[in-house]
Amino acid sequence: MLKLKTATLTLALCSALNVHAADPIKVGVALDISGPFATIGAETRDGLNLAIERLNGQLGGVPTEFLQTDFAGNPEQANQLVNRYLQRDKIDFFTGPVASNSALAVGPALFAAQVPFLSSNPGPSQYAGKQCNPYFFGVSYQNDTYDEAAGKVANEKGYKNMVLIAPNYPAGKDHLNGFKRLYKGAIKDEIYTKVGQIDYAAEIAQIRAAKPDAVFFFLPAAMGINFIKQYVGGGLKDIPMIAPGFSADQDVIAAVGEPTMGLYNTAHWAHDLPVPANVEFVAAFRKKYDGRYPTVYAAQAYDVIMAMDAAVREVDGKVSDRAAVLAALKKANFKSVRGDFSYGPNHFPIQNYYLRVVEKDANGQLTNKLVSTVLEKHQDAYVGECQM
Amino acid sequence: MDAIFLIEQLLNGLGYGLMLFLLAAGLTLVFGIMDTMNLAHGSLYMVGAYIAAQVHERSGSFVGAVFMAMAATVVIAFVLEMLVVRRIYSRGHLAQVIATFGIILIADDLVKAIWGPAPMLASTPAALAGPVQLLAELPYPAYRLAMLAVGLLVALGLYLLVNHTRIGMLVRAGASNRAMAECMGVRVDGVFSFIFALGAALAALAGAMMGPISAVQIGMGEAILIPALVVIVIGGIGSIRGAFVAALLVGLVDTAGRAFLPPALRAVLPPALAADLGPALAGIAMYVLMAAVLILKPAGLFPARA
Repeated sequence: MLKLKTATLTLALCSALNVHAADPIKVGVALDISGPFATIGAETRDGLNLAIERLNGQLGGVPTEFLQTDFAGNPEQANQLVNRYLQRDKIDFFTGPVASNSALAVGPALFAAQVPFLSSNPGPSQYAGKQCNPYFFGVSYQNDTYDEAAGKVANEKGYKNMVLIAPNYPAGKDHLNGFKRLYKGAIKDEIYTKVGQIDYAAEIAQIRAAKPDAVFFFLPAAMGINFIKQYVGGGLKDIPMIAPGFSADQDVIAAVGEPTMGLYNTAHWAHDLPVPANVEFVAAFRKKYDGRYPTVYAAQAYDVIMAMDAAVREVDGKVSDRAAVLAALKKANFKSVRGDFSYGPNHFPIQNYYLRVVEKDANGQLTNKLVSTVLEKHQDAYVGECQM
Repeated sequence: MDAIFLIEQLLNGLGYGLMLFLLAAGLTLVFGIMDTMNLAHGSLYMVGAYIAAQVHERSGSFVGAVFMAMAATVVIAFVLEMLVVRRIYSRGHLAQVIATFGIILIADDLVKAIWGPAPMLASTPAALAGPVQLLAELPYPAYRLAMLAVGLLVALGLYLLVNHTRIGMLVRAGASNRAMAECMGVRVDGVFSFIFALGAALAALAGAMMGPISAVQIGMGEAILIPALVVIVIGGIGSIRGAFVAALLVGLVDTAGRAFLPPALRAVLPPALAADLGPALAGIAMYVLMAAVLILKPAGLFPARA
C-alpha cells in the first residue's frame, strides 16, 4: 500500500514537473531584418539577443523560447507571421516590428488572442488614443513625443520659420504633428516623401527655394542616410538641421560620417545617460558587438525583454493568467536603461526627453553626446482619448 | 516658382534618369536577347557599391575604386553566368525568376557575412564634395554634375557600340530575332556572355556612383530594381535607345511629381486632403506613366522586336 502511495506520488510529481518542462514560455518576435527598416531591425535583434543572453534564455527564471522571424518590413507579411505565431506556436508575448504601419497591422489579431504586445519601437498615436488596448504596451515612447521635444528645442534656438520633411506613412504624420504641437514659429513647407526613397534632390531644391531658418526631418534608417548626404552635397549645410533621435542615431552616423557633426536630435535615451542599468547595458553591448555604440533601438529592445522578465517573475511564471501579467507589466518594475518611468492610463510611458548632439568621443569616433533634459516626466497628447 | 527652381529640378530629373539608365541598359539587353529575366541585376549593383566604397576608403582614389568595382563585378558576373544563368535561359520565366531571386538572397547574405549588417560609409570624393555655383543663385552639387557627365558618356558609348560596331550589329540581330540570327551563323551564346558582363559593369558603375549619395546597404539593389524594370518596360524590352528615353522620362516624371504635384494640389484642394493626396500621387507617377505608355504602345516606346 505504501509502495503504491509512493509510486502515485512520484508519478504525480513527475507529471507536474513534466508539465512545467514541456511548457516553456513562447515569445514571438517579428523582425525587420530586410526591407526599408533593415538597419533598425538588425539593431533591434542585437538588443534583444543581448538581453536574452544576460537572462540565460529565461524569463523570470522560466525557460523561454524566442521565435525570431524576418518579415521584410511588409505589414501584410507581418500579419501572416503573427497569425502563424498565434495559431501554431501559441505565443505568450509579442514584440519586434520597427514601423508603425506594421504595428497597426498586427495589433487586432494579437489583442483578440489576448497576447500582450510590447512595442520595442513604434508608438503610433492610434494605440495611444482611440484604439488603445490593455494588451498593448508602448514600452519605448509615443511617436509624437520625440518631436514635441524637438519643437521645444527649435523654439529655444529661435528658429522663426522651418521646413518639415517625413516619409508618407503613419509614423511620419505622427512625428510632424508632434513637432507642430510645441513649435511656435511658422512652417514654410511640410514635405512627405515615399517610404524607402533613394533620391532627395527634388525635396532639397524645394528647401533651397523656401530658404528656412532650419529644417526638421524625420527620416529613419537608409532614408536619413541618403537625405543627409545629399543635403550637405547640395550646399545646404548652412541651414541647420534638427531631428528626432531616429534620424541621427548611431546607424545613420556610422554610414554618413562627418556631415552629421553638430546635428542636434532628441530622444528618451542616450548611451551616456548616467543610469546604472544603462552603464551596464552599454558596456555589455559594446563588448558583445565589436565596440560599436548601441542605438536607441537596441536599448528599447533590451528594455522590452527586461520588462517581460520582471512581469513573468512577478506572476511566478503563470503567464496563462493574462490579467495578472497585464497588471505586472503595468508596474514597469524593472531596471530600465532610461531610468525609472511609469505608464500613463493608455500604457505609454511618462518619461524624460533629452537633447543630444553628434560629436567626436575621446577616441575620435563620431557619436551622440547628451546635452540637456528638454522635457521632464512628459506624457503624450493622446492619453485623454483613451478609454480602457 | 522661379526659373532657378525649374532648372534645378530638371537637372535632378536628368541625373536620376541617367543613373536608372545605367542599370536598365544591361537589364534590357539581357532580357531582350536571351529572353532571360535577371532579378539578380540589382545584386550586381549592390556589390559594385560595396566594392567601390571599400576600395575608396582603403586607397583614397575614387576613380580607381570605380574601375576596381567594375572589374570585380564583371568577374563575379562571369562566374554567375557560367554557373547559373547559362543553364536557365532556355527555361521559362518562372524558373528564371526563382533562380535569380535565389541569387539575390544568397548575395544579400554573403554581403552581410563580409561587410556586416550595418550600412557602409561611402564618402564623396573630396574634389567633388562641395557645390558648384552653376548660376548666380544656383549652387549645384559637383558630384551630381559628375554623375550627369558619366551617364551621358556611357549613353554615347553604348550608342556607338550598338550602332557602329560589329559586335553591336550582332547584339541588335540577336535582340530582334534570335532564332534567325542563329541560323545566319551568329554565336548568340558568346554575344550573350559579352552582354551579361557589360550589363554587370554598368550596374557596378551605377552602384559605385550612387554610393556617395545614397545608403550603401543590404537590399539597396532591390529598391532600385523596380524603377529599372519600369524603365525597360516603358522603353521596349531589348532596346538601348528605348531604355535611354524611358529612363530620362521616368527620372523627370518622378522628380516633377515630387516637386510640383504637392504644391499644385495645395493650391486647389483643402490642405488636409492635399497633404494626403500629393505624396501618394507623386509616388505612383512613374507607374501611371508606364500604364499610359502600355495602353498607347503595348510593346513599349521603341520595341526591339519589330
